[in-house]
Amino acid sequence: MRFPKLPNLGLGDRIPSHQELERMEKEEAGDRPKWDNKTQYMLTCVGFCVGLGNVWRFPYLCQSHGGGAFMIPFLILLVLEGIPLLHLEFAIGQRLRSGSVGVWTAINPYLTGVGIASLLVSFLVGMYYNTIIAWVMWYFFNSFQNPLPWSQCPVNANLTDLVSECTRSSPVDYFWYRDTLNTSTSIGDSGGLQWWMVLCLLCAWLLLYVCCLRGIATTGKAVYVTSTLPYVVLTIFLIRGLTLKGSLDGIKFLFTPDLNELMNPSTWLDAGAQVFYSFSLAFGGLISFSSYNSVHNNCEQDAVIISIINGFTSVYSATVIYSIIGFRATERFDDCLEGNILALLNAFNLAEGSIKEGNYAESLQNLNGTFPETIQSLDLKTCDLQTFLSQGVEGTGLAFIVFTEAITKMPVSPLWSILFFIMLFCLGLSTMFGSIEGTVVPLQDLNIFPKRWPKEAITGIVCLVSFVIALIFAQSSGNYWLALFDSFAGSIPLLVIAFCEMIAVVYIYGIDRFNKDIEFMIGHKPNLFWQVTWRFVSPLIVLVIFVFYFVTKVSSNVTYIAWNPSSEDFPTLEVLEYPAWIYVIIFILAGVPSLVVPGTAIFKLIRRCCSNKNVYGAEVDTVSAKVQMFTTKMS
Amino acid sequence: MVSKTLNAPNGYKVRISLKTALGEDAYEWNQSEMFFFQATMAFAMRRHFQMETYNVDNIILCVQTSRVSFWFVVTSPDNTTMLIPKADVEKAVRMSRHRINNAFLLSDRTLEFLGIYPTLAAPVNPDTPPWLIVFGVVIGAVCVGIIALLISSLLQKRRKEKGMTEDGQDEEDMQVKGVENGINLDGTYNRGFTDDDRFTKL
Repeated sequence: MRFPKLPNLGLGDRIPSHQELERMEKEEAGDRPKWDNKTQYMLTCVGFCVGLGNVWRFPYLCQSHGGGAFMIPFLILLVLEGIPLLHLEFAIGQRLRSGSVGVWTAINPYLTGVGIASLLVSFLVGMYYNTIIAWVMWYFFNSFQNPLPWSQCPVNANLTDLVSECTRSSPVDYFWYRDTLNTSTSIGDSGGLQWWMVLCLLCAWLLLYVCCLRGIATTGKAVYVTSTLPYVVLTIFLIRGLTLKGSLDGIKFLFTPDLNELMNPSTWLDAGAQVFYSFSLAFGGLISFSSYNSVHNNCEQDAVIISIINGFTSVYSATVIYSIIGFRATERFDDCLEGNILALLNAFNLAEGSIKEGNYAESLQNLNGTFPETIQSLDLKTCDLQTFLSQGVEGTGLAFIVFTEAITKMPVSPLWSILFFIMLFCLGLSTMFGSIEGTVVPLQDLNIFPKRWPKEAITGIVCLVSFVIALIFAQSSGNYWLALFDSFAGSIPLLVIAFCEMIAVVYIYGIDRFNKDIEFMIGHKPNLFWQVTWRFVSPLIVLVIFVFYFVTKVSSNVTYIAWNPSSEDFPTLEVLEYPAWIYVIIFILAGVPSLVVPGTAIFKLIRRCCSNKNVYGAEVDTVSAKVQMFTTKMS
Repeated sequence: MVSKTLNAPNGYKVRISLKTALGEDAYEWNQSEMFFFQATMAFAMRRHFQMETYNVDNIILCVQTSRVSFWFVVTSPDNTTMLIPKADVEKAVRMSRHRINNAFLLSDRTLEFLGIYPTLAAPVNPDTPPWLIVFGVVIGAVCVGIIALLISSLLQKRRKEKGMTEDGQDEEDMQVKGVENGINLDGTYNRGFTDDDRFTKL
């Protein structure tokens, strides 16, 4: 029984046949770059997949969606959604030996839009992702001093007192919002470029350029460090963390299962979204990387191994992060309690040591019974360890506020700070390699630049243009712009692209042909699991996530949180609504890449109708050989 | 037990936290220590006013609690009924704060004069912020790397171009010699049967 597929003429002429692939393999024909060895390929893919999200998004999701119970939806969706999609991208790249634009154009010229959408998303995401790396570098540069600049409030101008913005919030908050970002109070208030941020941004893009200069020839060497160093640092932090007081409380808090959360649909949605984004799917980078492999590389095994590594890294880094968070929460709790005890001792002139942690509650009750007004006037804070633990933040808040605070409380803080930010830097940089690959290779395939221009020049232009546009993020309002990009550029379009990818391979390329290809490449046909997931399960999951995301975003009032020292609830962040003109930007970020998919198809259709040329004119050209069969420049 | 707010406009409340400062090595606060405090304060007054007439009796202590905290006022050496104004006492304390702290092995935080805030340490401002130095090192290394890679790419290309023009000639010579199946055939190779056009062009 042949699986239904849409009509697709001329496919055989656009793609290399199995015999040609064998021949190319033996002769090593063509000037396509190749991996030096399998390790480079695996490390590059692991580096691309394992990124900042594993460190600062997964732990938060885990903790907020029922701890250990979150593993269940996460692992289920990893198997049903992550692994099949990963295998699909690897296989199609290895088979058609091209980047994203090349692959989809080869499958059907009307699908070029999918490749272009991948290009746009890689470009937009790369821009803001590298800005985060610039922030990491800023913190890294500032870690080479003792005491760390975010450990204490600075003194104000006339040396009378500490800066009030700092005393009202905290030194780490102040350093992040004021010294680093110099953030304005709203997204509309741009506040000009911050020169130190521009320098860090320049450094980040130059560093990326030096690593991506020659494509995988240079990145292949860089990944030996950037993909392995994070694991070393995580292990060091784990060992250090476990020796600190309170770390086990943190780990227990993280993994304590609350099975009721499984009834909550948002748990499953967040798990699905996390698996999806964590695998860096639909960027085009993975397709590109696997196209440099030899034809008979076992892509099925690779997909499974990388998925397992990715899942394991998420859990491992969550453990490490929460051991340190547990330490911080315990320190905060101890400080809070000490502060209260001191206030009581001072107010009632009791001897030191008469109230300790053990008898605090009892003594407080006694005193409250006899002198309630005094107790009231003291304004004691409620110290609850659980509250401090669930101050689990995610994203930049976790890395630059919570974790940096924890580091200041550890002995030899500069060392831990340097290690931590090197780890974040490596995690981010290895993901950027995939982003750049997903931007540069499609540009080459689309022939935007003249063919004789070397790869160095094209990569340089991409880096330069990205740097110039990313200067938006170096303004005072840069943080808000980055949050905007993060919510819209990297979410909806990727889901659309992934869905189209699966439909394209299963229904337009033909799952039967795809199965035969895989049998040719790795020696056996993909088993029932792959068949079911590719045809029904994975597209359905992606569709469901997309619909929910879309509906939530469209129906809710789009707001953002801002740092405003003059707001009432300071230091709590203020919730503001976006101004009207932001919706144009949101449309550009989310709408344009998504609409490019049907848009390009319509554009090509119109062009074909207007010029009335036979699109499949390849039939005439293919009689003499050595032809345009390996390139996919049609119409 | 609750300290009433004393109507002592010229007095200061002192609070001492021995256990916080010294932990296990904390000494016991007794009357001798109080005497020591009086002597230290007298010393501070002498130092500030540069009058050698201040004595232990001029420092009057009251409302001692087990916290340890107490109030003190300073009387003028000439007229014991007259109290030294608060501002002058503050100046004297500020001047000798460091000596007073050290006398008791305490710090600004553990020997508190309520109302006299410790002067904040002036921030140490290095000429170049340390982050700029690290930044300079990193960006210098990166620029050197970029230039090195670009130059090596250029050199590689030039070598390839040179190599290709030489290789081209070698290949032709090989064909003329007629190496077939690895056996060197003697005799001249008939170019007429060379397989240049494997595929007939239309």
